[in-house]
Amino acid sequence: MKFYTFLSIALCALTMSAFTVISDGYGVGDTATDFKLKNVDGKFVSLSDYKDAKGYIVTFTCNHCPYAVMYEDRLIALHNEFAPKGYPVVAINPNDPAVQPADSEAEMKVRAEEKKFPFAYLFDEGQKVYPQFGAKKTPHVYLLDADMKVRYIGAIDDSPKDEAEVEEKYLANAIMALEKGKDPSPAFTKAIGCSIKSKS
Amino acid sequence: MNKYFLIFIFSFCICACLNAQEWEKSDLTLYKSFDDFEAVLHQNNDTTYVINFWATWCGPCVKELPYLEALNETYKNEKLKVVLVSLDFEKLIDKSLIPFLNKKQIVSDVVLLLDGKASKWIDRVDPNWSGAIPFTIVYNKEERLFYERQFHSTEELTEIINPLLKN
Repeated sequence: MKFYTFLSIALCALTMSAFTVISDGYGVGDTATDFKLKNVDGKFVSLSDYKDAKGYIVTFTCNHCPYAVMYEDRLIALHNEFAPKGYPVVAINPNDPAVQPADSEAEMKVRAEEKKFPFAYLFDEGQKVYPQFGAKKTPHVYLLDADMKVRYIGAIDDSPKDEAEVEEKYLANAIMALEKGKDPSPAFTKAIGCSIKSKS
Repeated sequence: MNKYFLIFIFSFCICACLNAQEWEKSDLTLYKSFDDFEAVLHQNNDTTYVINFWATWCGPCVKELPYLEALNETYKNEKLKVVLVSLDFEKLIDKSLIPFLNKKQIVSDVVLLLDGKASKWIDRVDPNWSGAIPFTIVYNKEERLFYERQFHSTEELTEIINPLLKN
C-alpha cells in the first residue's frame, strides 16, 4: 500500500514537473533542444548547422510588433559584430500568420529582403519551438553557449524606444561575459513586447 | 439669409461641440517616470481598480478594449474605475492615440506611461509579468489579481470583479 502511495505521489510530481517545463520553458542553466526550422531562403536551419559556434543569439522576433521593429537595426549590428566571433543571431518568428497576417512566411521574406538581414530568419511553423523556450513575446532573446546551455534570457538592452538612451547593453555584455568564461550578470531581464500570437 | 437660420446653425454647432467629448492631449496624464506612475497601482481607498496596459499598435489589446469600456456602464453605480495605461509612443500621441480614442469613443481614464526603461519597472508592476501586453491588474484594498492575457468578453471581467465588490 505504502508503495502505491509513493508511486502515485511520484507520478504526480513527475506530471507536474512535466507541465512546469511545458508552461515555463527554459530557465538560465537549462540546455536547449535543437530545432529545425525553415529560413526565409527556403532552407531548413538547425543550431547544429553552425559549425564552430561558441554560442547562439536565439531571438524570437517578428514583422508586425513595433518593439521588434525598433530592434531590427540593433540585431543586424549585433550579428555583424558577434557572428564573426562565433555568436550568430538566429531569429525566429513565433507568430501564427492566421492570427497576424503580417507575420506570414511571404511577409517575412519581404522584410528580410528590405532590411537585408545578414542572419537566418526562421518560421516556427506549427508553433512548436517557442513554447519549448518559453518565449512570451517579441522580441525575446535567449543567449545559448556552445553546449546550447541557456546563459542569458531577456532584453537586448535597456532602452527599446531610443537607442541613444541605452545605458546597459544586456545582451552584448552577456556575450562578453561568456567570452571571458564568466556567468552573465544580469542573466535575466524583462522588456515590453507584443504577446506571441496563437489561436489557443 | 434668414437670421433665425443662422441662430439655429450656431446653436447646433455649440450643442455638437458639447456632446462630442473630443479627446485632447490635455485630457491625458503623461508619466515620464515610473516613480510618478507607481501610485496608480496602489490607491488605498474603497474603489476597485481595473488597470489595463495596452497600446494602439497592439492587436489583442484593441480587441479587448470594448469589454473593458463596457465595465464603466456595467458598474456605473459601483465604486469601480477603469484606467487604460497606454504604452504608445510620445511622438505618436497626436497622430495615433488621440484619433484612436475619439474614433472608439473611449470613456475610461487614459494615462500614458512613457518611461522607456521598462526592464527597470516591469517587476515593480508585477514580478509575474513577462512584459507582454495586454496585461491587466484588478485590485482594491484587500485583493490584487493579475492577468497576462487577452479578455474575450465582458463576462470574463465581471466574473473577476463581482467577488471583489462584495468584499
